[in-house]
Amino acid sequence: MPENSPLRDTQSLRALPKMEHFVADIEQTPLQATDSLNEQAAPLSMWAEAWKNLRRQPLFIISALLILLALVVAFFPGLFVQVSPTQCDLINSNAGPSGGHPLGFTLQGCDVYARVIQGTQASLAVGVFSTIGVVIIGGILGAVAGYYGGWIDAVLARLADIFFALPLILGAIVINSLPYVREHRSVWTVVATLVVLGWPQIARITRGAVIEVRNADFVVAAKSLGVSRVKALITHVIPNSLSPVIVIATVSLGIFIVAEATMSFLGIGLPGSVMSWGNDIASAQTSLRDNPTTLLWPALALSITVLSFIMLGDAVRDALDPKARKR
Amino acid sequence: MSKDRVQITEEATSEPRPLLELRDLAITFDTSSGEVPAVRNANLTIMPGETVAIVGESGSGKSTTALAAIGLLPENGRVSGGRILFDGEDLTKADSKRIIELRGRSIGMVPQDPMSNLNPVWKIGYQVRETLRANNLARKDVDVQVAEVLADAGLPDAAQRAKQYPHEFSGGMRQRALIAIGLSCSPRLLIADEPTSALDVTVQRQILDHLATMTADLGTAVLLITHDLGLAAERAEKVVVMYKGRVVESGPALEILRNPQHPYTQRLVASAPSLASQRIKSAKSAGVKSADILTPESGATKAKSDDVIEVKNLTKVYKLRGGKGAGADFKAVDDVSFNIKRGTTLAVVGESGSGKSTVAKMVLNLEKPTGGNIIFDGIDLTALDKKALFNFRRRVQPIFQDPYGSLDPMYNIYRTIEEPLRVHGIGDKKSREAKVRELLDQVALPASSMRRFPNELSGGQRQRVAVARALALDPEIVICDEAVSALDVLVQAQILNLLADLQAELGLTYLFITHDLAVVRQIADHVCVMEKGKVVEAGTTDQVFNAPAEAYTRALLDAIPGSRLELRPEVA
Repeated sequence: MPENSPLRDTQSLRALPKMEHFVADIEQTPLQATDSLNEQAAPLSMWAEAWKNLRRQPLFIISALLILLALVVAFFPGLFVQVSPTQCDLINSNAGPSGGHPLGFTLQGCDVYARVIQGTQASLAVGVFSTIGVVIIGGILGAVAGYYGGWIDAVLARLADIFFALPLILGAIVINSLPYVREHRSVWTVVATLVVLGWPQIARITRGAVIEVRNADFVVAAKSLGVSRVKALITHVIPNSLSPVIVIATVSLGIFIVAEATMSFLGIGLPGSVMSWGNDIASAQTSLRDNPTTLLWPALALSITVLSFIMLGDAVRDALDPKARKR
Repeated sequence: MSKDRVQITEEATSEPRPLLELRDLAITFDTSSGEVPAVRNANLTIMPGETVAIVGESGSGKSTTALAAIGLLPENGRVSGGRILFDGEDLTKADSKRIIELRGRSIGMVPQDPMSNLNPVWKIGYQVRETLRANNLARKDVDVQVAEVLADAGLPDAAQRAKQYPHEFSGGMRQRALIAIGLSCSPRLLIADEPTSALDVTVQRQILDHLATMTADLGTAVLLITHDLGLAAERAEKVVVMYKGRVVESGPALEILRNPQHPYTQRLVASAPSLASQRIKSAKSAGVKSADILTPESGATKAKSDDVIEVKNLTKVYKLRGGKGAGADFKAVDDVSFNIKRGTTLAVVGESGSGKSTVAKMVLNLEKPTGGNIIFDGIDLTALDKKALFNFRRRVQPIFQDPYGSLDPMYNIYRTIEEPLRVHGIGDKKSREAKVRELLDQVALPASSMRRFPNELSGGQRQRVAVARALALDPEIVICDEAVSALDVLVQAQILNLLADLQAELGLTYLFITHDLAVVRQIADHVCVMEKGKVVEAGTTDQVFNAPAEAYTRALLDAIPGSRLELRPEVA
């Protein structure tokens, strides 16, 4: 029925002078100055706004508290444990929890709780320093490649591809079998290994972010103000490409901690003299059937720390990139 | 109250009932900061076959109102009051099945952005066929039918075109395809949401003309949504003006244009560029004192000898990467010459792809010309060393089109405006702050905005910050590359007035790049019309507007929406 539109009536309708000239009550719709500025609210930079969003997120609060706890443990292990983790007594071999030793003892008779607490430092150090190294090297190479383009980009991109193609564990085994590295194994050799194998990821992210920003009008505007090309990169392009880098760096911090544990477990990471969760997991392996808790506690500490960094990365991404935010 | 009575009498006297009627419509959005009313007490009536335009600035609720009629509100929006009557049926009470039934078949839609509203992975023909099938209107020979529908929308070679993908279409062709899809099921109402704002004026005119003939043939009623009052008045019988979610005025188009009652409508009429017939006279230069000293005439004679920019035989050739061999050359700018006198405005006008922005980039010395010279105040720009270039930067400044892209989001307003001073090592911290305050005052922004960030400002405010930054170094020339094209009419008028005032005050010279001839008439002294890289016509604004010599210029002038409207002189 409604499909038969009154076609013929349209012409006559147009001629109808029936249209009413309606004017709204002016008091109901007060006229405001064109394009006036809201002067009440406090000024908010992008970072301030991100922080405002962030601090209301439970995911962020939980992960930040856990990371804070891990940092305090790493810097002041003495606050948490008085027992020396290296004074081991074979009498206590694989003993269960007792007074002052809440998590029991390892095969060698060492206090598990003390070892977990003392191991935090090495694990976090590897994670933090690897991330810093990766961000500096990958960030600079990626920014240069993206900003200048051309042959620089081509060379750096292929170089990154080569490192990308190396499997982490395989590469780590090769690097650690170099005589110099083998003789000087420490936190720093592990960090160096991870940086060498890990920079291409950050380089790629930075390159993409820089390419997105480098042709923005505000960069062109800066150039026509007389800002040099390099200075425009440092003052305008890089600050505007930071947010994806921060997100990836936060997540990879957790991943580097896992990588350290994996390497130590395989015997190509930290030397046995350095206490770390990876080493503890490796040595607990032998008594897995008699005393599985010696493996459980360092593994749990590792998982919780890594999980907190990954959750933090998620929360930071939500705050910095509203487009990716879930509704 | 009186409104209700009006409607009752209308229904009693005129026999046909309205096709679409909104009564006291209210729409609310649920946001993280609570419920936000987007539309309040909106009333609107569309008779069958009638064209009604909703006019308003962005954020006035005009699109939301129209989307509600087709049941396409965003998920967090809902109709919180009033009724939507389509042919007597209340759509606010209809279930989703019924609304889907109405969509396409009874109510068609032409969306705003032709670039993002076609699915890039499907052929155009498939997308038309999909609409026909979804509404059970596909005939046996559906391919022929698709070609007919596309041909009706004015696409040449429709059968072939139907086999192409959206990326092979220009913006105008895509919009035609979208119109074809919108009208393919012969709906009784077509909602056109800013159908041409992304297109050049000439294409805009063709498409609107075509849309008008098609809807007249089919007897389709049109609900046109636009921010341009001139366009609305030219295309619609009835205009509804919305402001801050309310209908502030509605009535016959010409009546509203000639006799606007609500202050907001008056403001809109006063600032619609298509309706302005002369150059903005700066309030300051028109003041008694300055008029005594420097009348426009004497200023012009004095400036005559002084060409601050001379562009001679400028050519720019881009190498296109061809499939085979060396690749083809593309002449973006072909033998362009013009002069700009100190203290005047030259507008370079053309459609997209005419090479006008490339000219601007070369004058800014951001691109190297392939041939020809640019002489700025006696200095040849094509041969500048580093130091001379740095000094040149101080004297020539740009303002860009996109106010959202031209300010660094990490810099607050103070740092943004201070940057040029810092780069050129002008003054100490204290004197720079004083200068920033002065500049903000010049662009009519409060000094309290200094610590704010661009994301807190509207498009017009950002553009004012961009003007302040451009003026920081006291340049002689400001190059405005589509500086007002992305702004709403009211804000556009505000920025244009600001630019005119600053010119009178500081003796600035403008090179104004735009596709909008209506704006040219308001700001320019001289006009240069470009087509496909060449200058086709040049002259004073009055000459070009009153006696265009070239057919291309005439077409551009004709395409200004509202140019064919006749207003009583005292309104304009």
